[in-house]
Amino acid sequence: MAHSGPKPPHPDTLAVHAGQGPDPATGARAVPIYQTASFVFPDADTAAALFNMETPGHVYSRLSNPTVSVFEERMAALEDGVGAIATASGQAALHLAIATLVGQGGHVVASASLYGGSHNLLSYTLPRFGIGTTFVPAADPDAWARAITPATRLLFGESVGNPSVDVLDIPALGALAEQRHIPLLVDATVTTPALGRPFEQGAHLVMHSATKFLSGHGVVIGGVLVDGGRFDWAADDRYPTLSQPYAGFHGMVFAEESSTSAFLLRARREGLRDFGACMAPMTAFQVLQGLETLPLRMARHIENTAKVVRFLAGHAAVARVHHPELEDHPGHALARRLYPRGASAILAFELAGGREAGRKFIEALGLFSHLANIGDAKSLVIHPATTTHFRMDDAALAAAGITPGTVRLSIGLEHPDDLLEDLARALRAAQK
Amino acid sequence: MHFIVEGYPAYAYTGGRDFDPALPAIVFIHGAAFDHSVWQWQSRYFAHHGYAVIAVDLPAHGRSPGSARTAIEALGHWTVALLDAAGLERAAFVGHSMGALAALQTALEHPARVTKLALLGAAVPMPVGDAFLAAARDDSPAALDMEAVWGHARLVALEQSGVPGTALLSASRRLNARARPGILAADLGACNAWRVADAALARLAVPALVVAGKRDQMTPLKAGQSLAARIPGAKLVTLDAGHAMMVEAPRAVLATLRDFLRD
Repeated sequence: MAHSGPKPPHPDTLAVHAGQGPDPATGARAVPIYQTASFVFPDADTAAALFNMETPGHVYSRLSNPTVSVFEERMAALEDGVGAIATASGQAALHLAIATLVGQGGHVVASASLYGGSHNLLSYTLPRFGIGTTFVPAADPDAWARAITPATRLLFGESVGNPSVDVLDIPALGALAEQRHIPLLVDATVTTPALGRPFEQGAHLVMHSATKFLSGHGVVIGGVLVDGGRFDWAADDRYPTLSQPYAGFHGMVFAEESSTSAFLLRARREGLRDFGACMAPMTAFQVLQGLETLPLRMARHIENTAKVVRFLAGHAAVARVHHPELEDHPGHALARRLYPRGASAILAFELAGGREAGRKFIEALGLFSHLANIGDAKSLVIHPATTTHFRMDDAALAAAGITPGTVRLSIGLEHPDDLLEDLARALRAAQK
Repeated sequence: MHFIVEGYPAYAYTGGRDFDPALPAIVFIHGAAFDHSVWQWQSRYFAHHGYAVIAVDLPAHGRSPGSARTAIEALGHWTVALLDAAGLERAAFVGHSMGALAALQTALEHPARVTKLALLGAAVPMPVGDAFLAAARDDSPAALDMEAVWGHARLVALEQSGVPGTALLSASRRLNARARPGILAADLGACNAWRVADAALARLAVPALVVAGKRDQMTPLKAGQSLAARIPGAKLVTLDAGHAMMVEAPRAVLATLRDFLRD
């Protein structure tokens, strides 16, 4: 028979309220900015208990802070994860995830179409610490399966790739991850929980650059790492950081301490403690201001993007548009299934005329801002091959879906007619 | 660590310290479809403050194999067998929800083995609604929704968490979802069926504490007040929390238990 149970509040409500009632100390309705490095202990016994994880609470703002916790709890609620850790940037969130799970000799299988910064970390920096990565086509689950070695400890991809806009088959990769007992980490920066929830699709861990759509106004650098709480870290001996005693915290076995939150305990008690890439309270406040309107903003981002995609796809000066909205995009059907409200306010396109046309186009734009970011209220444009992805060689660029003529747009919240007018002017200029 | 109890290994979290049966002991018992980790923010403290701590995974729960006990009486037998296996003549018992019934059953049947009795989120009787029982029997996700949403204060997701950075509803639901098929139904059935005569409660001579959540939707405040009134000398403490008080008000629960167990 069909059963029906009570549900937690809807995502629109969680975006405004989750993790924060009126401030117990002052009654403040808005999130107070607890701008303090440390928190006074009421007595010596509580101080010792807080240090030894015998009781929860705030000690020092590198480890946790009440304003930052509101952001963490709101993100965990929006993603339906067990908890979250806010970080200094999206890069810090990715590093924290990897450093918590993977050590010397470990291996990551990652999508080839990643944000350039993530590619740098995996391709150039982590090998120096004994961690290797095999890059595979995002949309080919068989290639992911073939790339897994006995040393593989993590699968990593972007829900919608930046800037290639290809769609990660999270259900297929989640099934592969379950079968091989390796967690799947999804960077959901482009989709946000307003468009899709990776844990429901099969991911085990989710990260975001909060700099982008979550905050939404291009004013902060921040990141967040969310744990779905479904992965059994103690099922075998491949995750000793969680299943074996940790000398760095009195021999604590994190998987025994918490059956569902072991990953977050270790990431906070080791990763935040030792690497220190925490989020500042002021940053958390600013991200939360944006997060309250995330569902509203994403709907408008998507609506505007659909109009821009249609305009560019029908324009003679445009050789090709990459966006899952288009039926010829390889991720079209998958995007419809995973992201019925829309998949991406990022799109890429190829100008007829290649690199030189791209330069003219970008310089002729007036309303679009030429800069290295996505997910702002303002519309943005960049030429990835010479900026965000300039360290990649031609083969890696091609694998990431980028050509020398690729232009990336991040569509903002302006009136769509004004955006189309600006694009039309710049396309004319590019053809001269 | 593991003890062999009624023929099967039984996992017990010992609070991050080696188990020493020479110390005064506390047995923590979790509720329906949960495991030892619900006591994360209380058990570790006592293990570091002079107590031998056993936060068990009941049979077929968490890391303990075996089959679920389908009656509270059977859980009461099992807890005494656990004391025997751990080499403990007696211990303080701290139980939550179904675990509180198991602890109470132990004290009623084996009062000499129980030094103190702390009952959190408890109701006697503990009726479970037909819709909840049916959803659990069918292993429906709706049963997990009921356990999570009713198992916390109303709108708990819209408040700052008792455990910074943790989403209590999701975390609780994920832990329940790990339980093997049929476990929630077995546990809820055991709670629903258990009865005890008021006269038996009136004969209870073990020092008792009842901790009730003012916002408990599962075992309402009135049930806790009623239970405390029927146990001679029982102390009643009410907290601003729902049923999952160990994470909704972890520090208040710890302080309450500390005051009671140290007296």
